[in-house]
Amino acid sequence: LLQPAVSVGNVGQLAIDLVISTLNMTKVGYFYTDCLVPMVGNNPYATAEENSVELSINAEVYSLPSKKLVVLQIRSPFIKNKYRPFSQALISWVESSKYARVILLSSSHAYQRNDEQLLGTPLRYLLTPDLEKAVGGLMQELNWKEMEKVAAYPGINDKEKVLHIPGGGITKRLFTESCSKGIQMAVLLKFCSEGDNIPDAFILVNYLNEWLQLIKSEVSTSNNSTDASSQWKIPSSWRLLFGNGLPPALF
Amino acid sequence: REISVLWTLKPGAPWQSSAEEVFVCSKFILAIGHNAAAFLSCFILDSVCWEVVGVVKLWNEWCRTTNTTNVLPTDSFCLFYRLISDPTVLLCQCSCYVAEDQQFQWLEKVFGCMQKEDLQVTILSTCPLADYKTQESTLTLLSPFLKALKTKEFKEPVCCPLLEQPNIVRDLPAAVLSYCQVWQIPAVLYQCYTDVIKLDTVTIEAFKPLLSSKILKSLVKDVSESTKNLKKLLTTNETHNNIYI
Repeated sequence: LLQPAVSVGNVGQLAIDLVISTLNMTKVGYFYTDCLVPMVGNNPYATAEENSVELSINAEVYSLPSKKLVVLQIRSPFIKNKYRPFSQALISWVESSKYARVILLSSSHAYQRNDEQLLGTPLRYLLTPDLEKAVGGLMQELNWKEMEKVAAYPGINDKEKVLHIPGGGITKRLFTESCSKGIQMAVLLKFCSEGDNIPDAFILVNYLNEWLQLIKSEVSTSNNSTDASSQWKIPSSWRLLFGNGLPPALF
Repeated sequence: REISVLWTLKPGAPWQSSAEEVFVCSKFILAIGHNAAAFLSCFILDSVCWEVVGVVKLWNEWCRTTNTTNVLPTDSFCLFYRLISDPTVLLCQCSCYVAEDQQFQWLEKVFGCMQKEDLQVTILSTCPLADYKTQESTLTLLSPFLKALKTKEFKEPVCCPLLEQPNIVRDLPAAVLSYCQVWQIPAVLYQCYTDVIKLDTVTIEAFKPLLSSKILKSLVKDVSESTKNLKKLLTTNETHNNIYI
């Protein structure tokens, strides 16, 4: 199960949009909940007149049986005081559906990084103990960086370390719940700020692809690095993210 | 933040918070916002063919519903009317703002009392023109205009173009449409994009194409009465607009 956390810059959600759109996933159901602000619109992944008419709501489930992949997309923010009920509903759905693994795409405020985190890659991962046993070695091979714990009381007592994901929405809550329930969950996150988060989404989805190999990444001959950015299909709903056209009389 | 929905489904019965038995509903017409509600008042509702059967009482930071059922078009209220000649036709005017934490409650309490087989829902609502996303600037668009969204089960023709991506609908209209999509109820939302915030006759008249739709065709009042009502609306409002004269 692949899903986003509603987090800073909505990077997780944008990345999920790219996954659904590129892999042409089919909608298989709705996650009907009173915890998210309602919204509706026509098919955000429409490619032609014919398939543009399907109504979409704020939380939907898509699947791709060939890759044994199920994706939950969340399109609106949480209603006040509904974080915990939603997390509980989600975890119980994960358990009852018997998903082998859950991957959560998220983000965290870039301005909250400490000095060491300012250098190097802005991407991090987290694994619950049950998943660590299975894929911990793979993470080493990929040379991925685990999310560092920070001091619980900085300046006073540096010994006690806690996990801190500012701007991550329900990321930390879901992760700690999964740890205690023995769910195999991975969190992939990127440090970022609000703004045009489309590049962040591409970076995050390429990070995911290093592990899951959802699409083939072409090796670019010029700088000898794998860059799958051009392979991801931008959904039609990403048009006009920053407003309408300008009135001609403005100039 | 709790909202209460009170029904009086049998004539002379006292107001109670949940119907003893679910009532059969074949058509549910919901108008959200002052202009949509006024459209129904002018063209469909009257005191002869329709009776008040339900009321919603709520409070939030934006409004508080009035206590009377004798409402003015500019009040905040949410009333349910039933067609006397066909009690399965239910109409609702909701001109109060239902906050996001109250929308689900509204859905559960209203739809919870209805038998949903063979139910068809029509929603009318308005939205600021500035929210409409389009390649051109909104200044060049002719407003007001109607756009529609429908659930998968809705097979009838719609009276206007469908709402294109990347536009979305929020608040109570979205909550009702989501409910209908998930529970496979045929439903259609007609959203009027307008640049007038208050009650306005041009916006109200923008809903006129709906009068020829299958659901509303049989319910339309006498046309001369409608024009009389519209004129009345104009005069009740204009007293407020004289402040700069």
